[in-house]
Amino acid sequence: MMSAEDRARHDDGDNRTRRFDRRRFLTAGAGAAGAAAVALSGRAARAEKAGPPEVPDWTKQLGPGVGDRPYGTPSPFEKNTVRRTVDWLTASKESSVSFTPIAEQLGIITPSGLHFERHHAGRAEIDPKQHRLVMHGLVEREMIFTVEDIRRFPAVSVVRFIECPANGGMEWRGAQLERCQYVRGMISCSEWTGVPLRTLLRETGLKSTATWMLAEGADAAAMTRSIPIQKVLDDAMVCYGQNGEAIRPEQGYPLRLLLPGWEGNVSVKWLRRLEFGDQPWHTREETSKYTDLMPDGKAREFTWFMEANSVVTFPSPERPFEGKGFYEMTGFAWSGMGKIKRVDVTIDGGRNWTTARLHEPVFTKALTRWSIPFRWNGEPLLVMSRAQDETDYVQPSIAELRKVRGVNSIYHNNSMLTWHVKASGEVENVQLR
Amino acid sequence: MSSSGSAALRAVVLAAATVLAVAGTAGAQEKTLPHQPGITLAPQPFGIGRPVTADELKGWDIAVRPDGHGLPPGKGSVKEGEALYQERCAACHGEFGEGKDRWPALIGGSGKLTDDDPKKGVGNYWPFATTLFDYIRRAMPFGNAQSLTDAEVYAITAYVLHLNDVLKEDAVLDRETLVKIKLPNADNFVPDPRPDIHATLCMKDCKEKVEIQSEAKKIDVTPEDERGRKKPGME
Repeated sequence: MMSAEDRARHDDGDNRTRRFDRRRFLTAGAGAAGAAAVALSGRAARAEKAGPPEVPDWTKQLGPGVGDRPYGTPSPFEKNTVRRTVDWLTASKESSVSFTPIAEQLGIITPSGLHFERHHAGRAEIDPKQHRLVMHGLVEREMIFTVEDIRRFPAVSVVRFIECPANGGMEWRGAQLERCQYVRGMISCSEWTGVPLRTLLRETGLKSTATWMLAEGADAAAMTRSIPIQKVLDDAMVCYGQNGEAIRPEQGYPLRLLLPGWEGNVSVKWLRRLEFGDQPWHTREETSKYTDLMPDGKAREFTWFMEANSVVTFPSPERPFEGKGFYEMTGFAWSGMGKIKRVDVTIDGGRNWTTARLHEPVFTKALTRWSIPFRWNGEPLLVMSRAQDETDYVQPSIAELRKVRGVNSIYHNNSMLTWHVKASGEVENVQLR
Repeated sequence: MSSSGSAALRAVVLAAATVLAVAGTAGAQEKTLPHQPGITLAPQPFGIGRPVTADELKGWDIAVRPDGHGLPPGKGSVKEGEALYQERCAACHGEFGEGKDRWPALIGGSGKLTDDDPKKGVGNYWPFATTLFDYIRRAMPFGNAQSLTDAEVYAITAYVLHLNDVLKEDAVLDRETLVKIKLPNADNFVPDPRPDIHATLCMKDCKEKVEIQSEAKKIDVTPEDERGRKKPGME
């Protein structure tokens, strides 16, 4: 249970804020007592058959032995925690998206099987023995590598999010979808293992005239994006590992590019080719798509980085309050510009805010968990979270975004979401004027 | 990233790139890490991988740039393209490039890019005609990618540009003529100016009134979920 010091750690020191904090959010002692009361009343109400004094079957009988599931699966009781799609969004399943059940995610790592998918021509099924990575163009030595070759180089592992820049893209004109998963689920966070591109470039050398790199996938979209050499030499990686195992086919098995903090599309999956040149290629994805149309008819191009963002995962449309009492409101924050510095939460639609506790570890360009204790008395709420990153950038409201960018830009909607908690405890997705 | 910051970063990185290039040349000296005696950063290659042959590269090196880099020999006409288009493309993109169902339209129509939810076609939105050639060659037809000959790609590119009123019906495209095409919207792309929104960290009495503007429930387009919407976690 958290202390008042913990809670105040990210506070701005405003005494009026602290008073608000004490009134609406809970101190540690009250929180513990409240939690116990909720647990007792819940158990009594349900009168489960297997509960005490009954002795349940699983206490009497042997369970399946080791090796029953050579590759483990989640409990069948968790079958609703799955990726979901919105079928009317796209013409086909092959060029489409599925969303991470972010409201159910309990820690900063997204289980690999729940990582959101964005394919442009379906999931490529690649035999790693036949897969190759070619590096050519403005390098000293044009080379070809097997997957085994790539795994021989000195490796690193990092925890980083990947987010589609269309995350929240259906909500520019107003609240549209009734699920946290659909309005913020195009984000996932994994531990990625692979080789920094700097290391691979030692093998090929790099000509001083090289200012851009083209990354190309081996899928049926032969996905291509142009990357400036600054990013390539900064923190770009060629990855083969995800959360301790080989990258899942949905995420680019056997090799994918990782460009931390940048829009997911540039982290090309099923990576087969890196070409170095002295200008961008202006591929279809970086011109007709993934450009942001402004109200004056101009379009922003090469809008790579993902700005600070956050989401309240509890309460949320799929996780309502069930009765009055103590709860810990919780969620995630992230930024493509660095570490999350602070998260504030409001229950009155943004009139007043209280600073939440950030959970360790806080990695750069990674999902960061936050929480704040709360006692709900059954009154309607308008709940929002607001992230600030280490560059001091503050997550905006949708009204602030629309004022500058209009409603046609599709991408990079990192505005705060608003959850309307009804007196029944149900939660609805709304937008404020 | 601000443009001045970007310029500074670029200078640093170009210096780094030069160092890499130098470090990559044979015969460079090995360097010992200052605080880790015995561990050396080998400035020469690790000796992993092998040179790629010209023949291997030929099959995969398919990217085309606006300056014409990567454009293959061959040519195709609007006329040839029309027959190919109707056979291979029209089922999804429509007879006139208008797009069927939710498949992408290729023409922007008569609307403006300043309209609400404008159509973004090749002629009214795309900045470069070379992108069209590159994309058709690498990814089309959807489900049968990289099945067209270069001449067929030139022809279909020509026809799609004709549908967008960029080429006349007697036009023929090859690498010289394709590079010279300037699309009408080319000058309307601007660099990323973000961060462009400057929100504040107000904590108390930040708003006079709070008013709900829109509710997802009233739109009613969320997929029905047979797995139960209320409690997707535990059963």
